[in-house]
Amino acid sequence: MAILKTDKITMKFGGLTAVSEFDMKIEKNEIIGLIGPNGAGKTTCFNMITGVYTPTEGKIYFEDKDITGEKTHEITKLGIARTFQNIRLFKELSVLDNVLIANHMRLGSNLFSSIIKTPDYRKKEKKIREKSLSLLRDVGLEDLKDEKSSSLPYGKQRRLEIARALATDPKLLILDEPAAGMNPQESNELMDFIRDIRDRFDLTIFLIEHHMQVVMGVCERIYVLDHGVKIADGTPNEIQNNEKVIEAYLGVD
Amino acid sequence: MSKKTKLTLISIIACIGILFILNSTLGSYQLRILNLCGIYVILALSLNLINGFVGLFSLGHAGFMAIGAYTSALLTMPPEAKEMNFFLKPIVPWLANVQLSFPIALFMAGVLAAGAGVLIGAPVLRLKDDYLAIATLGFSEIIRVIFTNTQSITNGALGIKGLPYIGIFNKASEAIWWTWGVAIITIIFMALLINGSYGRAFKAIREDEIAAEAMGINLFKHKLMAFVIGSFFAGIGGALLGHLMGTIDPLMFRFLLTFNIVLIVVLGGIGSITGSVISAVIVTIAMEALRVLDGDMQIGSYIIKGIPGTRMVVFSALLMIVIIFYQRGIMGTNEFTWDWILKRQKKISEPLNKEKVS
Repeated sequence: MAILKTDKITMKFGGLTAVSEFDMKIEKNEIIGLIGPNGAGKTTCFNMITGVYTPTEGKIYFEDKDITGEKTHEITKLGIARTFQNIRLFKELSVLDNVLIANHMRLGSNLFSSIIKTPDYRKKEKKIREKSLSLLRDVGLEDLKDEKSSSLPYGKQRRLEIARALATDPKLLILDEPAAGMNPQESNELMDFIRDIRDRFDLTIFLIEHHMQVVMGVCERIYVLDHGVKIADGTPNEIQNNEKVIEAYLGVD
Repeated sequence: MSKKTKLTLISIIACIGILFILNSTLGSYQLRILNLCGIYVILALSLNLINGFVGLFSLGHAGFMAIGAYTSALLTMPPEAKEMNFFLKPIVPWLANVQLSFPIALFMAGVLAAGAGVLIGAPVLRLKDDYLAIATLGFSEIIRVIFTNTQSITNGALGIKGLPYIGIFNKASEAIWWTWGVAIITIIFMALLINGSYGRAFKAIREDEIAAEAMGINLFKHKLMAFVIGSFFAGIGGALLGHLMGTIDPLMFRFLLTFNIVLIVVLGGIGSITGSVISAVIVTIAMEALRVLDGDMQIGSYIIKGIPGTRMVVFSALLMIVIIFYQRGIMGTNEFTWDWILKRQKKISEPLNKEKVS
């Protein structure tokens, strides 16, 4: 059973076709990359999967369930979590609060019990607090838990965003340019980190990345988009030697 | 019981003690201002939940207050008083003989305002920022116009006079326990709400809607929740205000009333319960204290004729200064917490202890 499958998804904005008939299949526990030149439609693709946009045509299946056109929060509840290209943390809130918020959806307490703080609610609150702290420990941010999240350095903000996404208990984690703005040392660490969380949380990972070293290093299979059309898919090796990909990236006379 | 709960209980008892002393020593004019302070605390907190914590720029507060005030007035007034009020056109029969006790009417005022909150919130909460502000402002004006024209229910532009005193024993000295009692309950309610999981979700929506939604928070549901809670307390605040004034008419619930509450919230710090409480008390007292500005002023031998409303110029200027130079207001998004006090105390006592040792 494929964990995520897209069936000829197309996204049109007025006269512009951002993504055209994109087919894709991700198996459980894979690490898949999506690459392409700027404006190729990669983020649009992510936005369709996470419900920000409804595809103009085509269907998206998550664990064989049709999720086309579902609302973003419903999709998160089903088990797809994401990070953003231009980090979107809850800036004024503390690092710990950022992660705690991601647990809200699965808390299962109603408004009333959260106000009068029933024993049941206290127990749940304690549990999510422990879980969030352990997630922060995993990403190495535990001693910064009370800092304002916007005060963290860039690389740590990226890690916090991943920790926050993990707190929603996802099955599929979607990372939009996780290595953007990282130096070689940091991107090496990131690669290890991605593999590590895949194993530890039994995840499937789907990522957009421009950093070729990271993509080729960590991904098991890669899809290549150009002008909204899939031009290639395969292992990193196949992609590196694919003529169409080289053309798209380097141009042709 | 934890140390913090004990401290909270002690301070509540202290508050009650202070109110008791004030209630028996202050004159009726000062007591009236004190009551008004309590009511503005309720109103500021309810608006701060919507504007400050969820980040929805709503300007419809006067509308919810009007609903609360009229509901409570019509439910508590004795049938004879209603008959005297409605001399142009008699009151509708199903309201003519209703007379409920004050607490029930007060609760109903909140419930009806909350109901209006659902009705207005469901369509307009899909809007954002300025559009939401305009839509809610429009709503509060619509309520006012409706109340002016439903002669047989609200007595139209004539308004309703002779509302019973706040309370069940029909005594003036009772009012303070109701206004500040409800205010303290509101403070505790808001503090518990904001510090819970739902409060965190509200703040997440304020910080970044797209990220909040991606974290599985149902935006519409949570916005509506906050909006309805806010309008519930606005209805109760409006009802208390109506009973305190003794007279209500649609003109009372103009935009200016919403403006006063927005002013309190902005001065206190958008997104701070403590700030709203402090600022509500300060602004309410200042509004009375600055009444001298409305009267004639004598500079040397020259007399400047008083213009009613001059004191509002001071507040408008203050609001502009705060927005330009000190957007955080009194408290920013900070709160008064026992942790903060205990930490302070430790800091002060630690060096002392060291000195003792050496």
